Amino acid sequence: MEKAIKKYLPIFVLPTFLAFLIGFAAPFLLGLWLSLCDFTTVTDATFVGFSNFVLAVQDTVFQHSFWYTALFTVVSVLVINVIAFAIALALTRKLRGTNLFRTVFFMPNLIGGIVLGYIWQLIFNGILAQYSQALNLNEWYGFVGLVILVAWQQIGYMMIIYIAGLQSIPGDVLEAAAIDGASAWRRLVDVTIPMMMSSITICMFLSLTNGFKLFDQNLSLTAGEPSKMSEMLALNIYNTFYGRVGWEGVGQAKAVIFCLIVVAIGLIQLRATRSKEVQQ
Amino acid sequence: MLMKRRQFVQAGLGLMAGAGAVALAGCGGEQGGGGDKQAAGKVYYLNFKPEQDAQWQELAELYTEETGVPVTVMTAASGQYETTLKSEMAKTDAPTLFQVNGPVGLASWKDYCYDLDDTDIMGQLTKEDYALKGDDGKTKGIAYVIESYGIICNTSLLDKAGYTTDDITNFDSLKAVAEDITARKDELGFSAFGSAGMDGSSDWRFKTHLANLPIYYEYQADGIDTTDAIKGTYLDNYRQIWDLYINNATCEPTQLSTKTADDATAEFVTGQCVFYQNGTWEYANVAEAGDENLALIPIYIGVDGEESQGICTGSENYWCVNKNASEEDIQATLDFISWCVTSETGVKAMCGSEGAMPSGEAGMGFVIPFEANLESTNVLNNLADEINADKTPVKWCFSTMPSEEWKNGVGSALTTYAADQTDGNWDGVVTAFVDGWATEAAASKA
Repeated sequence: MEKAIKKYLPIFVLPTFLAFLIGFAAPFLLGLWLSLCDFTTVTDATFVGFSNFVLAVQDTVFQHSFWYTALFTVVSVLVINVIAFAIALALTRKLRGTNLFRTVFFMPNLIGGIVLGYIWQLIFNGILAQYSQALNLNEWYGFVGLVILVAWQQIGYMMIIYIAGLQSIPGDVLEAAAIDGASAWRRLVDVTIPMMMSSITICMFLSLTNGFKLFDQNLSLTAGEPSKMSEMLALNIYNTFYGRVGWEGVGQAKAVIFCLIVVAIGLIQLRATRSKEVQQ
Repeated sequence: MLMKRRQFVQAGLGLMAGAGAVALAGCGGEQGGGGDKQAAGKVYYLNFKPEQDAQWQELAELYTEETGVPVTVMTAASGQYETTLKSEMAKTDAPTLFQVNGPVGLASWKDYCYDLDDTDIMGQLTKEDYALKGDDGKTKGIAYVIESYGIICNTSLLDKAGYTTDDITNFDSLKAVAEDITARKDELGFSAFGSAGMDGSSDWRFKTHLANLPIYYEYQADGIDTTDAIKGTYLDNYRQIWDLYINNATCEPTQLSTKTADDATAEFVTGQCVFYQNGTWEYANVAEAGDENLALIPIYIGVDGEESQGICTGSENYWCVNKNASEEDIQATLDFISWCVTSETGVKAMCGSEGAMPSGEAGMGFVIPFEANLESTNVLNNLADEINADKTPVKWCFSTMPSEEWKNGVGSALTTYAADQTDGNWDGVVTAFVDGWATEAAASKA
């Protein structure tokens, strides 16, 4: 049996591997090469060395975008995971209608980011108009708006992962703790959470990278207004690419820097939470 | 068991091979398609104007029927032309005909533009001004539509307020009329100006089109066509007209960022405002207000001698031919555009309105800068021509704006200023306008 699987391994892996090469590896390598070039179209580039990277790093708006995005990611990761975990705890109790609630909380995740952005823009502006304000007049309105938007969108998704994690905790462990006299809080902190670390790892990873990569919600909700103050990294890269004549390479260089940052932070986070995982 | 699995795998392989063969055949078919007729080249037009997509598709089909030359027309989504062009130009079958918006757009694409100097279509051009020249003095682009913008005015409402368009001859009289309407807003039931929306669908009316006026007057005063460092001589005038727009409008100045182009059009058409800054391309949408109620007035910003200023007329639609295309394709493309502006069908489709297309659909309603141009049925175009007949048209200098970044910077600053009209916030506009211009001009690696 095992031998047969080994024998046919290439056949099963090949299609996906080809798709990976064409859809991921090739564009990625091309992207790396283009970040060192001056180009208008991707097939017609001239090598210019690291000058694109110099311009990218000197861009103060890019620096602002970085801090703004980092702050946004920290806040959104906390908000999303705390609330998603709490809801998951509530919905794994034996309550009436838990399935209905799970479905309802998950639904926002099915709507695309652009649509969500425009819908929430109407809602926020409708409220702010009462106070003679608008979303685009203050970067922090946009910040809070984005946090609410992504929380609404992603809490349901993370909740599903947490529910699956909670359901896989053996009941006898919790029961034993209860019999030993551990309070509900102690059971949560010392039994449930350690046994949930694998779910927490994956949810943290997803919400962390989603926070950094956020693009469509940012584009549709604030479009970076006022004056690029609410422009996050991904949108900044896009605007650099198309905003000026001859700046395509700089946009590409920013994309490479961005990729390195996200990979580095993602790896650090994975290592940090993985080390706390326990074998069940 | 093992046997079965092997059969399964083989069946799977067979399926994959089959699918591959179909896919390959599909590719092959596409390549060979359209080759039955004697076509020596092909045309691929990447169209800029989504509102004219249907007409171009029909025209392309007709041309293919008539000559056998395959013509593909693809239209980029609104606001996505550069994005689409960049990806299309990277393909093997790149567009043979594309558009740039003026000198700055040309800077980006100059390496792709075929020299049009000795072509048939150049001979059809009525004015040298409508040829876009590169740094080497060669013609790289040809304008194919001439458009105008000003303040579109609802005369029946203006009449209700007790004025006619003859009362408005300069900025001061425009201001007096607008402020009088604002003072009697509740009694009259309408406002002077429509919302100056700074949403992405509408902000170009102010950060680009309105900003053209101070730039135009500065260029006139300095006797130049373009610059790397704008001085902002007429920015106080820009502030005056912007103040007038935002403080006499249908909405609070703080709400501008939420207002869209559709909002402004709707306000004008439903009689909530008298004035609406927009152009001839908007005719189909404002026609609902009734042709007899439409008037056009120049955008006065309070410059000396502006009584003789006309409407802003120009083009930001230049046809360019891709010089990297094969020789046959270049020739086919040149023949196609020449046919569009000389043949009866082509000219009628480009200039006509209702029923001008052979299928009975409406034409594009353009004014074209070629010999064969027909009289326009676009009321706004005719109004613009009337005014420009004895006044000096304002040139479209906004195509010299250094970059999209510059426009966005000015737009954001205008929005911020509108919400809180302090001198400090106006300084923000000035900075974005003057310093931003220098920075962007230096940054553009044209």
